[in-house]
Amino acid sequence: MSVDEPTDKAAHIRHLLATEREAVRENTSHFNRERYRASTEYEGYEELRGRAREIKEDAIERLPELIETVRESVEANGGTVYVADDAADANRYVEEVVRDDGDTVVKSKSMTTEEIDLNEALEAAGVDVYETDLGEFVVQVADEAPSHLVGPSLHRSSDDIAELFNDRFDPEEPLETAQELTEFARDYLGDRIVEADVGVTGANFVLAESGTITLVTNEGNGRKVAATPDTHVAVAGIEKLLPSIEELKPFTELIARAATGQDVPQYLSMLTPPSDSPSLDFDDPTTPLSKQGSEDREFHLVLLDNGRTEMREDPQLRETLYCIRCGACANSCANFQQVGGHAFGGETYTGGIATGWEAGVEGLDTAAEFNDLCTGCSRCVNACPVEIDIPWINTVVRDRVNRGADEGQFDHLVEGLTPDEEPGGMDLGKRFFGNFETAAKLGSATAPLSNWLANAGPVRAGMERVLGIDGRRDLPQFERETFRDWFEKRGGAAASTKRARETRAAGGSLVPRDEATREAIVYPDLYTNYVRPGRGRAAVRVLEALGVHVEVPDVPSSGRAPLSQGMVATADAKASRVFGALAEHLDAGRDVVVVEPSDLAMFRREYEKFLPDASHQRLSENSYEAVEYVFGLLENGGDADVLTGPDADDPGVAYHSHCQQRTLGAAAHTQAVLDRLGYDVVLSEAECCGMAGSFGYKRDYYELSMAVGEDLATEFGGVHGNRRVVASGTSCLDQLDDLLDRKPAHPVELLDPART
Amino acid sequence: MSNVRIAGFGEALEDHGVSWARTDIEGFRSTLVDALVNPAVGVPLGYEGVSLDDAPVTVDPTPAELRAATTGVTPARLGVATYGSFLIDSDAKGSEPVSLYPERHVAVVRESDLVADLPAALDELGDAYAENPASAVFATGPSATGDMGALVEGVHGPKHVHAVVLENR
Ligand code: SF4
Repeated sequence: MSVDEPTDKAAHIRHLLATEREAVRENTSHFNRERYRASTEYEGYEELRGRAREIKEDAIERLPELIETVRESVEANGGTVYVADDAADANRYVEEVVRDDGDTVVKSKSMTTEEIDLNEALEAAGVDVYETDLGEFVVQVADEAPSHLVGPSLHRSSDDIAELFNDRFDPEEPLETAQELTEFARDYLGDRIVEADVGVTGANFVLAESGTITLVTNEGNGRKVAATPDTHVAVAGIEKLLPSIEELKPFTELIARAATGQDVPQYLSMLTPPSDSPSLDFDDPTTPLSKQGSEDREFHLVLLDNGRTEMREDPQLRETLYCIRCGACANSCANFQQVGGHAFGGETYTGGIATGWEAGVEGLDTAAEFNDLCTGCSRCVNACPVEIDIPWINTVVRDRVNRGADEGQFDHLVEGLTPDEEPGGMDLGKRFFGNFETAAKLGSATAPLSNWLANAGPVRAGMERVLGIDGRRDLPQFERETFRDWFEKRGGAAASTKRARETRAAGGSLVPRDEATREAIVYPDLYTNYVRPGRGRAAVRVLEALGVHVEVPDVPSSGRAPLSQGMVATADAKASRVFGALAEHLDAGRDVVVVEPSDLAMFRREYEKFLPDASHQRLSENSYEAVEYVFGLLENGGDADVLTGPDADDPGVAYHSHCQQRTLGAAAHTQAVLDRLGYDVVLSEAECCGMAGSFGYKRDYYELSMAVGEDLATEFGGVHGNRRVVASGTSCLDQLDDLLDRKPAHPVELLDPART
Repeated sequence: MSNVRIAGFGEALEDHGVSWARTDIEGFRSTLVDALVNPAVGVPLGYEGVSLDDAPVTVDPTPAELRAATTGVTPARLGVATYGSFLIDSDAKGSEPVSLYPERHVAVVRESDLVADLPAALDELGDAYAENPASAVFATGPSATGDMGALVEGVHGPKHVHAVVLENR
């Protein structure tokens, strides 16, 4: 899957959009919907996630000890444990075991054996290897890599598979339906299982105290592979160890729900081999099962390190080891839903968490090939049953990739825009987008000239060639009068106090006239300040109408732009500056109202990594998304009538909340406020709009971004085609602007008392 | 054992596509025979008062008989009420292959062996592991796959599962 040139990357994505998109999208969004359903129906799901997380943290902390414990228990049971340093070591061991026992191997699904390319190693040694999981069988026959952690072949439709099988096996009657394909594969593989000398399985969990392997399957192949041949080899990463059956409990409730939305898998095998189950010689017509005996049974547990010990010692990658490979991060990912793991994946692993796995077991180069496909939308964060901060892992790896890059010939073009701590040589487009603040300041100061210039043909061509900005995108239009300029011009904080006071005198506010006032600052984020000041102006008027004194101080940009390009040090420095500028306001008891959801997400989520705990807590607890804040005001007695409700012939509202806003749980408030004012609201289901900051501007990803957006556009078309479109995020507004004829607005603009 | 739990168990079985019948010792033979599709094989149930001996079931089959069978009858060590799951032991009698290879699995579970949920079942198993760790599987409904582009039941494991719930005396 090596894609070197950016143009190759675009072509590869285009190819996948044309060939695999439909099946991937259908299957992943089905799993995703089912996960939502199953997790909301299960009472206490969130507590279970917390518990699972704790257990994994503890197990990885105690890993060396658990390895010793499992060695003792497995050996006491009569099996063998081999700890393999790397892929070659593991393969060599398995090959020796197989050679002692025969030359045919059947396997149940195991990503870990994919990681070490066990099949290739065994085949090179003259062993016949058969994958018995039907999805794995399909990719084995097609000689492809799995495209998904849980559904290796979910990029293929029944028709596809039928064509593949008919071509390969030439059955008497051509196969057509899923039923026929399944029956064919079952019979074919059933014979292979019965003949096999060795069964190889993976393990979802390994219980150290008892030496028990836990396998989660739906087809029953895992059971057959483990029970039929006398020799069973289980290959598992060392991170699969849990102390005992007690710690397994939350995982048995979580894993199937997270993966496919099932309450429980069809088969949850608890194998403590070698088992007492009788040896099965199927040609034996005389000896009953109870007399077959199990003396010939043999068991080998191969525990694979292959970089995991180093990951454990790496404070940023360590979390990856908590992953239970449920695939939920892939299913909830808008980009993955379009292209699947053949673009969004490395040598073995796929989806958001693949970046961590591939960086750990293969190296940065492999992770770098697909790391950009994570836009940081954070929709996977709440999906992950072990609460892994998957976007953070992607950001850290991006930072490391940036630092590993060599200096290039166009560096001088963005040099002045880049802070010193970021390395020269890093991708120029990334440096440009990461320092969007500088461009925005310059662009706004010289608008409208800057807008004309930027859109002029030769400039756009240069931007495409050097910075990778797709020529098909409209560029953000900078406003000459910034949001802060406007606020100062109308009299600044003093005027706002006066306005809020008047409102209170008129009885329109939540704060009784003789009581203390509520004060807020509206954070002038980069986009609100320079590109979309209208939403800032509306926010100020809405707050004043509810009796809140507003200030719009000079606060630096949040660091979201550099962070999204993997410029962690720059973002970290920004966080300190932002906190420095806000501390006084926080101390004065002012609330921080944020219009741009991705910046609110910085304050609440990412700043946790950058600020001391107390500072982060103070800022995050006192920051609100604009309409979330309005919701709070209305809940506390604010008068909704001072805001603008639906027009007499209002067409209704189609609302797309921002991905990061939803992860924070700050999206429902907007719907509630709109409902309360009498708007008729429909919500989008799409996980993300596809623009995701700079992502949709990039030449390599333009088509993917549009493909993601198409899902949203479809939702807002048809019967909803007349509705007013509102969205909270800048990116979402830009994307909807490109996708629809209707002009989208921010919800606070709808509420604006000055709206006509 | 409360009727609530049995009702819950029955519902969960149906949710997972498992048919079931409830019987007592007297009615066991005829209830079992109704559930069989011949040829049938089985392993000794080990429950007092009932056995497979007078039913058309080949008890303790040879591997060749196992492969030719349509129905496999086994006891279930536990039934899990919330999910309609059975805990089948990988014992020396061959419960694992008999419950796995034939197209139809008939699981016989005693009411007194029903537990509320999976964590409770793991508790029981955990106690047993403290003495002697063994192998077992929680099986819920028929084997299934979506890998061929649509949901198909009956893959490597049974296509039909039927439960016989044996009342306590
Ligand atoms: S990172 Fe979390 S959501 Fe993704 S596969 Fe691993 S456990 Fe599942």
